[in-house]
Amino acid sequence: MSSTTHDEHAHDGHAQGAHGDHGHAKPGFVRRWLMSTNHKDIGTLYITSAVIGGCVGGILSMLMRAQLMYPHNHIISSGTEWNAIITAHGLIMIFWMVMPALIGGFGNWFVPMMIGAPDMAFPRLNNMSFWFLVMGFIFVMLGLLIGDGTGAGWTIYPPLDNARYSPGIATDFSLFSLHLAGISSLLGAINFIATILNMRAPGMTMHKMPLFVWAILVTAFLLLLAIPVLAGAVTMLIMDRNFGTSFFEPAGGGDPVLFQHLFWFFGHPEVYIMILPAFGIISHVVSTFSKKPIFGYLGMAYAMVIIGFVGFVVWAHHMFISGISTDSRVYFEVATLVIAVPTGIKIFSWIATMWGGSIEFKTPMLWAIGFIFLFVIGGATGVVLANAGLDQELHNDYFLIAHFHYVLSLGAVFAIFAGFYYWIGKMSGHPYPEFWGKVHFWTTFIGVNLTFFPQHFLGLAGMPRRYPDYPDAFAGWNFVSSVGAMISGASTAVFFYILYRIFTSKEKLADNYWGEGATTLEWAVPSPAPHHTFEDVPVIQ
Amino acid sequence: MNRVLGWVFGVVLLVGLGGHAALAQSADPTAAADAYVNAPHDWQMWLPVPGSPMEEHIDWLMKYVLWIMTGIVGFVGLLMAFVLLRFNSAKNKTPAHFTHNTLVEVIWIVIPTLLLAVIIVPSISLIYYEADDSNPYMTITVTGHQWYWEYKYDAVPGLDYTSYMIPDDKLQPGEIRRLSVDHPIVVPVGKKIKFEITSADVLHGFYLPSLGVQRYAVPGTMLTSWTIIPKIGTYYGECNQICGVNHDAMPIEIKAVSMDDYLAWIKVAQANYVMNSYTPRPLSSPLPVNEFADLAIAK
Repeated sequence: MSSTTHDEHAHDGHAQGAHGDHGHAKPGFVRRWLMSTNHKDIGTLYITSAVIGGCVGGILSMLMRAQLMYPHNHIISSGTEWNAIITAHGLIMIFWMVMPALIGGFGNWFVPMMIGAPDMAFPRLNNMSFWFLVMGFIFVMLGLLIGDGTGAGWTIYPPLDNARYSPGIATDFSLFSLHLAGISSLLGAINFIATILNMRAPGMTMHKMPLFVWAILVTAFLLLLAIPVLAGAVTMLIMDRNFGTSFFEPAGGGDPVLFQHLFWFFGHPEVYIMILPAFGIISHVVSTFSKKPIFGYLGMAYAMVIIGFVGFVVWAHHMFISGISTDSRVYFEVATLVIAVPTGIKIFSWIATMWGGSIEFKTPMLWAIGFIFLFVIGGATGVVLANAGLDQELHNDYFLIAHFHYVLSLGAVFAIFAGFYYWIGKMSGHPYPEFWGKVHFWTTFIGVNLTFFPQHFLGLAGMPRRYPDYPDAFAGWNFVSSVGAMISGASTAVFFYILYRIFTSKEKLADNYWGEGATTLEWAVPSPAPHHTFEDVPVIQ
Repeated sequence: MNRVLGWVFGVVLLVGLGGHAALAQSADPTAAADAYVNAPHDWQMWLPVPGSPMEEHIDWLMKYVLWIMTGIVGFVGLLMAFVLLRFNSAKNKTPAHFTHNTLVEVIWIVIPTLLLAVIIVPSISLIYYEADDSNPYMTITVTGHQWYWEYKYDAVPGLDYTSYMIPDDKLQPGEIRRLSVDHPIVVPVGKKIKFEITSADVLHGFYLPSLGVQRYAVPGTMLTSWTIIPKIGTYYGECNQICGVNHDAMPIEIKAVSMDDYLAWIKVAQANYVMNSYTPRPLSSPLPVNEFADLAIAK
C-alpha cells in the first residue's frame, strides 16, 4: 500500500474535482466547526457530541441507580419524573451516544481513510447529517425537561404516549427528536454507501476492504432500510396524538400491537446498527495487537452481512407475550437463534486471530478482550431470552435489562473505548497515558460487571423493569448494582483526566505508532492525519 | 302470579341463605392460603419455587439452556485465557501468519448449529405447552387499569371486583410491601384456570413469576394464559409493562384455596367486594377515583 499526502497544496483545492470547498487553508473557528465539510472535522464533532450525550445519559443512569439503591427511596420525587428519566436515558444512549460515536465519529474519520478516498462522497450532506443530530438532541432534552417529560419508555408504545395519557408537548418533542435523529442517520447512511461503493482507491476491491469498512457498509444498509419504518411509525403516532387519526387506537379500529411490529422492525436491526461497527473496530484492534492478519477475513465480512440480513426477520421476538400466534412464536424463536451461528463465527475468528500471535496488552487490546468475553456472556443470555417459552418468564424483567446492557453497555461501549484508545493518536497526534488508560479499563470493567451481573439475579427473582420502588426482597442485589454504577461513574472521571492529558501533551507520534500489526491505510498517513488525506490517489497492490 | 311469587321467594331465600352462610364462615375463607407464601426472598439468585406445572417446565428448560450456555461461556473463557497466556508477546515473540483453517471453521459452524438444535426441540414443545389453554375449569377476565387490576369471574354472576396495592402506610402485619393487595384473585387449588387478559386504558403486563404466567394487557385485544396451582398458598406478581406514574404500584396477589374455601369465598366476595367496597368501573373510565389510588399518587 502506498499513499501520498500534500497538506500544503491547499491553494489548488478547487482543482480537486467535486469537493470544491476543501482547499481553503486554516479556516476560522466558525467556518471550520459550524460549516464543516471535512470528514475528519465532522467525525470530531460527532465524537464530541457522543461524549456529551454519554455524559447526559450517564448522569440519568446514576440518578436511576441512586433511586434504586434502597427500596422506598425518594431521590426521584415522582413516578412522572422517573418515567421521563428512563425514557431519556434509553433514547440518548442509543441515538446520541453509541450511534454518533461508532458510525458518525469513527465511521466518518476512518472509512474514507481506510479506502483511500479523499473525503466522504457528499461532504455537505455529511454536515447536514451532523446538525440534524444536534437538533434532535435539543428536542430529546426538551422532551425530558418540559412539563412532565416523556414517560412512555424509549420504546414509546402507545396508548401510553397518545394524547389522552401523555397530553403534554414533551412527548411530541421526543417523537420529533426521533425524526431528526432518523434523518441524520439516513443521510449518513446514504453518504457511507455512496462513499464505500464509489470512492475506493484503485485496487481496493470489496474483498480487500478493511472489516471496519464492511461493518459500516452493512450498518448503512440496515439504517437505510430500518429508519424509514421507524419514521412511518413515529409519524402515525404524531398523527394519532395531534390530528385525530387512530392508527393505534382500538376505539377507532386501530391496534397498539401494530406499533410494536413497526417499532421492532426498526428496533431489532437497530441493535445490529449499534453492534456491527463495534465488531469492525474489535477486528482491527485484535489483529493489530496480535500482530497477525485477521483470521477468516471473508467469513468475518459475510458473517456481518448474514447478521444484518437475518436481523430483519426476527423482530417479533420482542413481542412473544404481546399477542403473536403460537406458530409465529416458534418461527421467531428459531430465526433468532440462527443469529448465534454467524456471531459465533466472529467470536471464534477473533480468538483464532489471537492464536499464534504475539499479543501486546495495550489499553485498546484490553477493551477488545473485555468486549469479546462480555459479549459472549450477553450473547448467551440472548440465546436464553430467544426461547419464547422462557421469555414468558423473563420478558421485561431485570434479566433482560442485564442482557442488553451486557451487549450494549459492556459491548458497544467497550468497543467505543477500544476504538478511542486505538485511534486517538491518529486523530489528535498525541499519545494517551497508558497507565491511566489501564486504570480506566479496570475501573470500568469492575464497575459495569458489578452493576449488571446482579441484575440477572433480580430478573430471575422476578423484578420488573422501569420500577422506581420495589418489594424489599430485591434490596440486596439492587444495592450491589448501585455500588457498581458508582464505580462506573467514577471511571468516567478517569476518562476526562485522560482527555486532559492527551490534549495538553507535547509528545508527537509516528505515522504508524502501533507498528507491524497495524496494516490499514490510516497508518500510512501522518499523525495527526492531515486536514486533507490522499490528494494523490493511493494505489493498493 | 304464583310462579312470580315463587321466584321472588326463592331469590330472597337464596340471598338470605347466602348471606347467612357468609356470616357463618370464618371472616376470611382464604386464611388457609396464608400458611404457604411464595414471594421473592432476600438475595434470591434463581427463579421462584415453581408454583405451577408451567413454572416447573420453565424452570427445567431454564436450567437446561443455561447449563449449555454456561458451558459455552466457560469454554470461550478458558480458550481466551489459554490464548492470552500462551501467545502474549513475552511468551511468543514471533507471530504466526496463518489466516485460514477450513477444518476449525467448519467445526465452529457445525457444533453451534447442533447445540441450537438441542435447545430448540424442548423449547418448541414448551411454547405449545404454554399455549394450551383448552378445557379450563374456570375463566377469569383480567383487566388492567391505571393503576389497579380488575378481576371478573366469568362463571360467577356479579363477581367482578378491583384489586389495589396496599399503600405503604396501611400495611398490616404479614402483608408484603409493594406486593400485597386489598382483594386478591382467589382460585381453587389444583384446577386449570384460564386468564383472559385485556386493558381498559394503556398497556399493562400481567406477570406472575412463580406461576410462569405473563401476557401484556392490550386494550382492544384479549390475550390468554393459564395456570394450575397444586399447592394451597399465596402467590404474587406485578405489572410488567410501563403504564404511567404508578406502574410499580399495581401488584397481583393470587390465593389458591381448597374448593370448599373457594365456594365460601365467592359468597364473601359477592357480599363484600361488589356491594360494599368497590363498584366496578365502566371500562371506558380512564382515571379511577379511589382512596388507594389517590394515596398512591400522593406518595
